[in-house]
Amino acid sequence: MTDQLTRRELLQRGAAGGAALTIPGLLAACGGTSKAGAGSTTSHKLAKTLNFSNWTLYMDVNNKKHTNPSLIQFQKKYGVHVDYVEDINDNAGFFGKIQGALSRGQSIHRDIIVLTDNDRYLALMIKKGWCEKLDKSAIPNIKNLVDVQKHPNFDPNRDYSLPWQSGMTGIAYNDTLTDPVLSIDELFGNPKLKGKITCLNSMGDALTLVMLSNGDDPSKVTDRSFNAAFNRVKKAADNKQIRQFTGNDYAPILARGDLSAAMSWSGDIAQLGQKQIHWNVPKDGGALWTDNMLIPNGGNVYTASVYMNYVYDPKVQGLMEAGDPKRNITGIYYIPPVAGAGEWARKYDPTVANNPLIFPNKKMLDSVHIFDSKALNNQKYLEQWQNLISS
Amino acid sequence: MSYFHRHRELTPYLLLAPGVLFLAVFFVVPLGFLAYQSLESGNIDFGYAFTWSWSNYWHALRDYRAQFVRSLEYAGIATLLALLISYPVAYWIAFRGGRWKNLLLLFIVAPFFVTYLIRTLAWETILSDNGFVVNTLQSLHVLGPSGRLLATSTAVVTGITYNFLPFMALPLYVSLEQIDGRLIEAAEDLYASKLHAFLRVTLPLSLPGVVAGTLLTFIPAAGDFINAQLLGGPDNHMIGNVIQSKFLELTDYPAAAAMSFILMAAILVAVFVYARLVGTEQLTGTAV
Repeated sequence: MTDQLTRRELLQRGAAGGAALTIPGLLAACGGTSKAGAGSTTSHKLAKTLNFSNWTLYMDVNNKKHTNPSLIQFQKKYGVHVDYVEDINDNAGFFGKIQGALSRGQSIHRDIIVLTDNDRYLALMIKKGWCEKLDKSAIPNIKNLVDVQKHPNFDPNRDYSLPWQSGMTGIAYNDTLTDPVLSIDELFGNPKLKGKITCLNSMGDALTLVMLSNGDDPSKVTDRSFNAAFNRVKKAADNKQIRQFTGNDYAPILARGDLSAAMSWSGDIAQLGQKQIHWNVPKDGGALWTDNMLIPNGGNVYTASVYMNYVYDPKVQGLMEAGDPKRNITGIYYIPPVAGAGEWARKYDPTVANNPLIFPNKKMLDSVHIFDSKALNNQKYLEQWQNLISS
Repeated sequence: MSYFHRHRELTPYLLLAPGVLFLAVFFVVPLGFLAYQSLESGNIDFGYAFTWSWSNYWHALRDYRAQFVRSLEYAGIATLLALLISYPVAYWIAFRGGRWKNLLLLFIVAPFFVTYLIRTLAWETILSDNGFVVNTLQSLHVLGPSGRLLATSTAVVTGITYNFLPFMALPLYVSLEQIDGRLIEAAEDLYASKLHAFLRVTLPLSLPGVVAGTLLTFIPAAGDFINAQLLGGPDNHMIGNVIQSKFLELTDYPAAAAMSFILMAAILVAVFVYARLVGTEQLTGTAV
């Protein structure tokens, strides 16, 4: 494996990201309100500032200067300053923050926000009409969007959203404590793992894996397939096979050796950087989730669209993804949605381009699936699931 | 003559005004909103409307009785444990601390310089399956060979006890520190044994601290959800976890609001019963 370097860089990036978190956050809290967000017009005039809310550790970083090279390059090219704020930690929490203003028809003073398709809020934003249509005339690079992302069922024609990055959900195990755990059958069924495994508390992630193991299609959920998967998780929880339902807080417990295996996100395991912990797509298939850019109502459509076009340039995306060790730039290291980014990434940092967790091969991509977005918004399913994980 | 001299009777009200205004704006008004919301019905897709939907309350009581009871139970046990641990500590600092008093008090407060979340996560390490505590309990056969503490009710109660301990210890210390040592001397001069002097003099005089400490511990502990989330398993969730999931994950704001009110009512009842048992004058400390 070539991910030794990757892991070190991930940690560096973690430290840099922590430092970068505070100052733009403060600036946004003090000032940023009157700049953009004023005109939700279709005028083809660039705003002075692009207000961009994103998740933490999700942008290329110059470790020396603590800047984001791709954003500086954007400013040089278009004269638009990007007010980049890492203020999204979870979908539900961020939605809770913005829904009040949006439901009253007020602007949230952001031009781009990023939400995940394995949670209900992305589809809900589109369904409630709380985001602007993309100005596709300003995004010719949309042609570089990878095929698998072209027609998601929450936005079949990509009228409102474009992928930022993707990641995978699978199973991680500790090889000093257990034989390889490569399927849900084993994770939920092996008596040796009783009380030594965790399940993700995100319904979409957990049920995708279980449905695939049941032989059902997670992209078209029916009451029957939901109940089958739900009851299987419930049984594993009732007989104490599952120790806890977790967000990414399973990672330290796994690292400490209290867990033998866990339902897990690929990125977390790369960040842990421990040799004894392995991550795999389960035998019956895993989940693919994607964080998507949206323009919330009141955002500047043209400026946001120009930025989206910019990041869909394979050359730009290649640098964002791989960074550039020679210039002390660390990349994003998730899965890019832009075709051709891999070739450019190879020029900057071949170890990243060869890492299957960042540029997965076709076999891996064929074995991961996207959860049905209608099921994510099914209140009955959600209530059942929440009652199970917090009983 | 100044305005205040002419309207002397108004002065106390004017002095009260900032506090009353603060409470009105940041407590009464939000509480009103919450009450209004708890009687709404609807969902995030179609919006919420006020419909006097009392069913939110009945459903909460019907579906989540276990979590309500569990919350009061965990908070009650943790409060009792905190009292049993804090009393000797506070007693020792107050009567034997001497010139080290301030330093010793600092030790009690010191963990509070670290954020709540980190303090709770530290217990994940302390109670770890391969950690010292579990290994010791296993070799003493208190825990079976595959037994564990994490993801059990023991871990949750331990976490709550630890996190709220200073709220118990500090009021206890204050009331113990104020006791006039000559009263205990007098009791002993009158042939009371040490135990008797403690039971008849020290303990009654420290009751205001006990009451304040138990309330300051019990009330926030009953609504806590971090300890249950990080240290508990799926069967150990408290009502705070349910409210959080209703509010954030299910966007069922009316149900979450109704549950908050039920929790408030339950705590009020518990406090009322407690006050009747120990006597209301202890609540205000007028017995000193």
